[in-house]
Amino acid sequence: MLKVKGLKVAVEGNEILKGIDLEVNKGEVHAIMGPNGSGKSTLANVLAGREEYEVLAGEVLYNGQNLLDMKPEERAREGLFLAFQYPVEIPGVSMSNFLKTALNELRDHHGQEKLDAMEFFALMREKLKLVNMDEKLLSRSINEGFSGGEKKRNEIFQMALLEPKLAILDETDSGLDIDALKIVSKGVNQLRSQDNAIIIVTHYQRLLNYIVPDFVHVLVDGKIVKSGDKGLALKLDEQGYDWVKDNVSEPVAA
Amino acid sequence: MEITDIKQWYISNFELFEESLNGSRETPFHEVRRSAISKFSELGFPTPRHEEWKYTNVAPMLEHKFKLPTEVAKVPKEVLRDFTFDTLKENLVVFVNGLFSEELSNIALNSDDIIVSSLRNAMVNHADLVYKHLGRYVSFEDESFTALNTAFTNDGTFIFVTDNKVIEDPIHLIYISDGDTELVSHLRNLFIVGKNSQVKIIESFHSLSDTTYFNNLVTEVFVDECAIIDHIKLQEESINAFHISNSQVQQERQSVYRTVNIDLGGGLVRNNLNVLLNDEHCESHLFGFFLGQGTQHIDNHTFIDHAKPHCFSNELYKGILDDKARGVFNGKIIVRPDAQKTNALQSNKTLLLTDDASINAKPQLEIFADDVKCTHGATIGQLDDEAMFYLRARGIGEEMAGAMLRHAFISDVLENIKIEEVRERMDAHIIERFTKALKS
Repeated sequence: MLKVKGLKVAVEGNEILKGIDLEVNKGEVHAIMGPNGSGKSTLANVLAGREEYEVLAGEVLYNGQNLLDMKPEERAREGLFLAFQYPVEIPGVSMSNFLKTALNELRDHHGQEKLDAMEFFALMREKLKLVNMDEKLLSRSINEGFSGGEKKRNEIFQMALLEPKLAILDETDSGLDIDALKIVSKGVNQLRSQDNAIIIVTHYQRLLNYIVPDFVHVLVDGKIVKSGDKGLALKLDEQGYDWVKDNVSEPVAA
Repeated sequence: MEITDIKQWYISNFELFEESLNGSRETPFHEVRRSAISKFSELGFPTPRHEEWKYTNVAPMLEHKFKLPTEVAKVPKEVLRDFTFDTLKENLVVFVNGLFSEELSNIALNSDDIIVSSLRNAMVNHADLVYKHLGRYVSFEDESFTALNTAFTNDGTFIFVTDNKVIEDPIHLIYISDGDTELVSHLRNLFIVGKNSQVKIIESFHSLSDTTYFNNLVTEVFVDECAIIDHIKLQEESINAFHISNSQVQQERQSVYRTVNIDLGGGLVRNNLNVLLNDEHCESHLFGFFLGQGTQHIDNHTFIDHAKPHCFSNELYKGILDDKARGVFNGKIIVRPDAQKTNALQSNKTLLLTDDASINAKPQLEIFADDVKCTHGATIGQLDDEAMFYLRARGIGEEMAGAMLRHAFISDVLENIKIEEVRERMDAHIIERFTKALKS
């Protein structure tokens, strides 16, 4: 589904990603862990199409297409979803108008008819239940006045609604209390299937108790320095990142 | 053409105009016209050296020798369909090229208590009432366009509501410009709303052709004690239109004046909106939105005169400027020494969509009382990249996302149009303009 090869990315002239190789297949859940500043969020955002990132080298194939050539909206319509680390507040755009527009653009792209008002609200209600959110949310402006937890749940709500093929969760767990974390995990686990894939970007192992990954990658200083199964996440949780960092500083024998 | 020549053109037109006046020439008001033309002759047209006209140069307008309209142009009734609101029982007062059209108008209101009439007819049928108020509120001493309008005052809309009347159906003034002659109209409106009465007035300006013309309006509004006026102005003229509007509102004790001013059209637009809070406990709400594209120039000058204590004024003007459009906002508030406990809020926000678009924004507060609350702010910004990315990351195309964000930006102005049909129409027109701009 996703093939990242030798990806190097700079932000404002600073090289953040220094050669990432990553392959994610259908049905897999990958966790990308790493200390602050290691480039985790950069990777998530560059995959989603944020424009201020400069790709220096490498390529990204998404279902055989050159992902880096696609506009953010094209990526989204092709099933890529980013749950934002810091969802932006947009006063004056109601959630319902936003979601109706997004959903209809998606349906239009796939040659489906637009939903009528009844169908739309029925779908909203169903998905809101999944994240324990109130219908009142729909008449509010996007993320305006939402608590941190509400913002994160709103991201998962949107994910449930848009049913992406590849969901990237950018530190969705940070700042979440345990109840909200369970709700978010439940939402993500419902999406999980043989047909789609999930990349979880996180600093901590806690979320991975609820969403058990198939693979864990450790990103340090712009490179994936170690990959393993869920056991690796536990080890990181117990021992911190220092032991992996120390490994990196040693030149790797070819 | 030299400015003195064009000034002379207007003055010589005044002589022709006088000859056409017949009976109206014998009224005392005609003396006011005469003194207005001599004031105009003395003032001339403003230049950018004039402090109030620093950022708006009327020179392009002075290249045209606009003629006064002579007869009501024929316009098929069907054109009104685009401008009226089906579900509202509107009283329509329609002008074509600055002249009242009896045929297109439809006024259900009219009694001794409520008068909705063309000013020209009212000057005959309700002479005492008209001349008691006409010219009493607005001054042409240092405003040449008001002087010019006063000199040529002959038609417009007269609305009179006696005390204790609530008029639920809106009065809609429709101004249509058509034809291929370069015309000027000096429409003059007089709205007098009695104690404890309420009225809703909509004014809308439309062009049917792209001929250059000049609308020079003056509106006087008197809001008596405890009266409430909702006043909506929608200007959607062609980009070849020159639109200059001077409004003077006078509010008496505990009255409320709410206005929303939307400028989408016009090549060169200047609105002077002055409100005098003449007694205690008045409330004024001034909202505005201007959308400039191409080379449009839109200037809003507002002046709120807090003359008496315990009044509240709230002002929010927003602009979106694209291409090479220019905007001006000048918000003056005076709090007189007597006006303690004044509460005045003012905010002006502009989005500049290109490097070539520009805005000159100037809040101007002069406070002479010491126990008041006054806040003001002006911001100039661009579309929020983060918000753009958020919408696009959900599959919403760049054009649509941009239109949604611009629409969101002005939502707090539009929501003050309390007549739903009108607000929805404006919403639709504005969104159409947003997307059209992107396609071209």
